Amino acid sequence: MALKLPIYMDHHATTPVAPEVFEAMRPYFTERFGNAASRNHSFGWAAESAVEAARAQIAGLIGCKPVELVFTSGATESDNLAIKGVAKAYREKGTHIITSQIEHHAVLDSCKRLEKEGFQVTYLPVSRDGLVDPADVAKALTAKTILVSIMLANNEIGTIQPLAEIGRLCKERGVLFHSDAVQGVGKIPVNVDALGLDLMSLTAHKLYGPKGVGALYVRMGKPRVKLVAQMDGGGHEKGRRSGTLNIPGIVGFGKACELAGQLMTSEAARLTALRERLWAGIRARLDHVHLNGHPTLRLPGNLNVSFEYVEGESLLMSLKDVAVSSGSACTSASLEPSYVLKALGIGEALAHTSIRFGLGRGNTEEEVDYVCDRLAEQVTRLRAMSPLYEMAQAGVDLNTAQWSLRETG
Amino acid sequence: MLYSAQVLDHFEHPRNMGNLPDASGVGMVGAPASGDVLKIQLKIVVDPDGTERIVEVKAKVFGCGSAIAATSLLTELIKGKTLAEAAQVKNRAIAVALALPPLKRHCSVLAEEALKAAIADYRQRSGTTGAAPAGTAPPTQ
Repeated sequence: MALKLPIYMDHHATTPVAPEVFEAMRPYFTERFGNAASRNHSFGWAAESAVEAARAQIAGLIGCKPVELVFTSGATESDNLAIKGVAKAYREKGTHIITSQIEHHAVLDSCKRLEKEGFQVTYLPVSRDGLVDPADVAKALTAKTILVSIMLANNEIGTIQPLAEIGRLCKERGVLFHSDAVQGVGKIPVNVDALGLDLMSLTAHKLYGPKGVGALYVRMGKPRVKLVAQMDGGGHEKGRRSGTLNIPGIVGFGKACELAGQLMTSEAARLTALRERLWAGIRARLDHVHLNGHPTLRLPGNLNVSFEYVEGESLLMSLKDVAVSSGSACTSASLEPSYVLKALGIGEALAHTSIRFGLGRGNTEEEVDYVCDRLAEQVTRLRAMSPLYEMAQAGVDLNTAQWSLRETG
Repeated sequence: MLYSAQVLDHFEHPRNMGNLPDASGVGMVGAPASGDVLKIQLKIVVDPDGTERIVEVKAKVFGCGSAIAATSLLTELIKGKTLAEAAQVKNRAIAVALALPPLKRHCSVLAEEALKAAIADYRQRSGTTGAAPAGTAPPTQ
């Protein structure tokens, strides 16, 4: 078999830097190393023009003006800047923020911090498929609401949210609309005007660019979004984010966006077919498997499956030459299963048995078939030693069975 | 989670997994919602001198890698032992032998609890108390 092991199927965590991206970045480490803020010599000018070219490439992918992009260290910083920056700038207008229960921690924890500072935050629930209902947003909006923040696509279950509808609601009520779009940009078409977004967080490393660089889109007209900077310093990025620009990173980010734009249509179709092949392959080989998330409104490369009666981490460990991730508690530092899966209402027992597959540019049909075979083999091995599988086979209802409470050591 | 070679060995080659149709005592602890369920089945034979001996042990486990390893190691530690000796097997010994990270210590605690539950089940079924008869020496390790 010509398969190269291990197989990487965790593209929601990060992606490799595309060779073209790496080549574009290379000169900016050693030859064109100038500081974009050096306005008085050719080294600085070269850096500045590289940044502006990248800004245009990124703007082209999301349909905004280059000047509306603020470079950051990544999406965590972008989310912090968007949420805290807007909250601080609009505090006089209102102190209410709406978000969802399945947002990334960068959004949730920014909101939690604001709550400690006197803001009120509504965390909207999601449907069993992982969708935020725009009607819930409409109901939650009050005269004091200043910001709605809903992710474009979820990092665990890949569900794509109805942002355009939510954006219209926000516009009608004069409320700013932010989205953490890191999982969707470069994978599905994104246009800030079509989605009605005023702020959007981006990162390079989820779309085959380098780690450590991201951006925040900040609308500059209708409305002109005000933002209080979160770091003090040299006033870079028009005072919105101080700190010397990461030129090689930004150049790579730009190139990655350009490539993603060119490849998006063909890759989306290819990855959707691979995803369906993986899901069909799993179902053909195993029973008691459940899809988490929406059947169609999901990222092309995302598949999240619960393999009932098999704890997720033990399955990850069994799939030694396949890199995937799990919503099981035992893969987290908190010993709590995934809050995203819990928000779907699938129950903690099923959440513990979930595996997330993140297909990407490098994956092939052969790899998918190999993973299906390994899954079948290992799920069967682990079920053979699972007391739950045996009980379920004997007709015991695990939901009503009596369980002893765990003592924590 | 980066595990020790000991955990990986037990995880990949778990010992004594399966069922004992004629078990003398069965213990099951944990819950699906908390991510681990351990079941220990003991076959206990009483020697002519009254010593209760674990002649066979089988386990089933739903849980993470360290829960599987802890269960597997426990079965190894108690197989062939007297009940008095088995009762001395503590979670700490399992955690140390497997070099479990602090976050995974509860797996060894659960293994000890499953053993205790199996012994308690045996006591109940056999109507024994486990108290040493007068005049016998205390168990030695």
